[in-house]
Amino acid sequence: MREEIIVRVGAKVLAPFIIMFALYVHFHGDYSPGGGFQAGVILAAAFALLALVYGLEEVQRVLPPWFVRGCAALGVVIFAGVGVVTMLLGHNYLAYNALAPDPTHPEHGQHYGILLVELGVLVTVFGVMATVFYLFAGRKGQAP
Amino acid sequence: MAEHYPALQVVVPLLAAPLCLFVRNGRAAWGLAVLASWSALGISLVLLSQVTSSGVISYALGGWAPPIGIEYRVDVVNAWVLVIVSTIGALVAPYALTSVEREIGARRIPLFYTAYLLCLSGLLGITITGDVFNVFVFLEISSLSAYALIALGQDRRALTSAFRYLVAGSVGATFIVIGIGLLYSMTGSLNMADLAQLLPGVWESRTVKVAYGFLAVGFCLKLALFPLHLWLPNAYTYAPSPVTAFMASTATKVAVYMLLRFFLTVFGAAFSFDVMALDRVLLPLALVAVVSMSLVAIFQVNVKRLLAYSSVAQIGYMILGLSFATVTGLTATLLHLFNHALMKGALFMAMGCVMYRIGSVHIDAMAGLGRRMPATMAAFVAGGLSLVGVPLTVGFVSKWYLILGALERGWWPVAVLVLLASLMALVYIWRVVEVAYFREFTGDERTREAPWTLLWPTWALVVLNLYFGIDAGRTAGIARQAAEVLMTGIGQ
Repeated sequence: MREEIIVRVGAKVLAPFIIMFALYVHFHGDYSPGGGFQAGVILAAAFALLALVYGLEEVQRVLPPWFVRGCAALGVVIFAGVGVVTMLLGHNYLAYNALAPDPTHPEHGQHYGILLVELGVLVTVFGVMATVFYLFAGRKGQAP
Repeated sequence: MAEHYPALQVVVPLLAAPLCLFVRNGRAAWGLAVLASWSALGISLVLLSQVTSSGVISYALGGWAPPIGIEYRVDVVNAWVLVIVSTIGALVAPYALTSVEREIGARRIPLFYTAYLLCLSGLLGITITGDVFNVFVFLEISSLSAYALIALGQDRRALTSAFRYLVAGSVGATFIVIGIGLLYSMTGSLNMADLAQLLPGVWESRTVKVAYGFLAVGFCLKLALFPLHLWLPNAYTYAPSPVTAFMASTATKVAVYMLLRFFLTVFGAAFSFDVMALDRVLLPLALVAVVSMSLVAIFQVNVKRLLAYSSVAQIGYMILGLSFATVTGLTATLLHLFNHALMKGALFMAMGCVMYRIGSVHIDAMAGLGRRMPATMAAFVAGGLSLVGVPLTVGFVSKWYLILGALERGWWPVAVLVLLASLMALVYIWRVVEVAYFREFTGDERTREAPWTLLWPTWALVVLNLYFGIDAGRTAGIARQAAEVLMTGIGQ
């Protein structure tokens, strides 16, 4: 597909919008269907599209395998870390009310909390999806 | 800080797991794993002392009160299991350092500790949570990391045995989640204490009985009850040594705990024993497991495999205690959870020492090893005696309560079978002892004792075997208290 000009340009144009859409799905996840998991899959799909068109090596120059693997672990740290922060603020584990900027309206903390833990989900899902894609796409050996 | 211990019990190893991946250095990852597993042990001991003195601890995750939110609920039963899991976790972690450097490639060592800590936090999570769906989530965390850990074995057969375990384990987990889903559809609740209140109202419905069936099969697959044990022997045989020691002493124990928790706390002892006849279903399976698997163990030539079959037989003992449907029987089950973890942990760790020095656990390769590796083989003998049930070891205490439970019900043939199986255990342990002590050493002349980094965790478990075999009052007291909690059900 590397020689197909329409595919190449199409992929190049679409990729940023796919990434934007992933972020939309994430940040709108607490109001409408979606959330970190779906956003992570969409984000990884953007890079999968680029890898299919431009080749795996090109994408891995931008997103090296060690980086996506680190993402997989980083998301868990973000999620669990939010819980630790709420604990340090004197609330129960993952009690988002602790995150409210204005203590008179503790329920506002729920928005921040959900966005943050879903960010953790996004990062982990993106990392795992990209790693799985890399592993399958990078397999050498018998051609079909 | 103390009020957050129920959450920290799971969070500490869970948070340490991804950090292990970031350090990318085997030794540093190991340090983190040891730190996390020892803090988990400390927390679980504090929790146990708190619940035995002042009763149930409830922790509302996210500040949402149960039954809406996820509740971590610690009573004597799961505090006891938490101590079992975290004790083994804390001893296997230091043991792993030397063993893993020999058995796993350097590049994969941080991954090993990541998976190890995930598995530990999954098992602790299953045990501590009071929410049935949370049980499933943690079950998946612990199982998926367990498959990865087993697949790290040197032998290529580790891959196929991990895959078989994956298939069997996924079927088990699917059955469990179907059961949970059916319960939710009938009651609209996922909280265990709440379910225990709501279920008696819908006992008569077929959905609840079907849910019970799905859960029973799922748990029995996970705990490897005969005839659903086929995944276990290969998985334990080909896994890296520390993984075998960890899995054999914790994973099946936690599965037994799940079964007890669901069938006695959530459904209630009355429903399980009177309506579903759980005791009459499990009794024959347990007896067949005990006798047939001990018999199969006698004919094994790979000692890890021998011990794996013996584990299936020992699981039979635990289920046998449950099938007596009495407090004494259940005390035997709960005691044996702890005692079997100690003895199998010690035995598999001793096998890890042998693997480290001679690179094989084939019975013929171990000829004359008693003189070359005296401390290792002495640990094996001590663990073996405990497995047989010789007085002054923990094995004796378990068997004592088990036979007491059988005689209480007037089932003397069952007591005879238990004694018979103990003699069979003597046969398979003796085979190893005979080869190791009464044959000439034929291997490499340079073979010497295993390094102390492997020996001290092994001997720590042996010493615990002997200590709790002599001073059984405390363990038996806690197990009895836990058995009473399970039999009377929640909130009574």
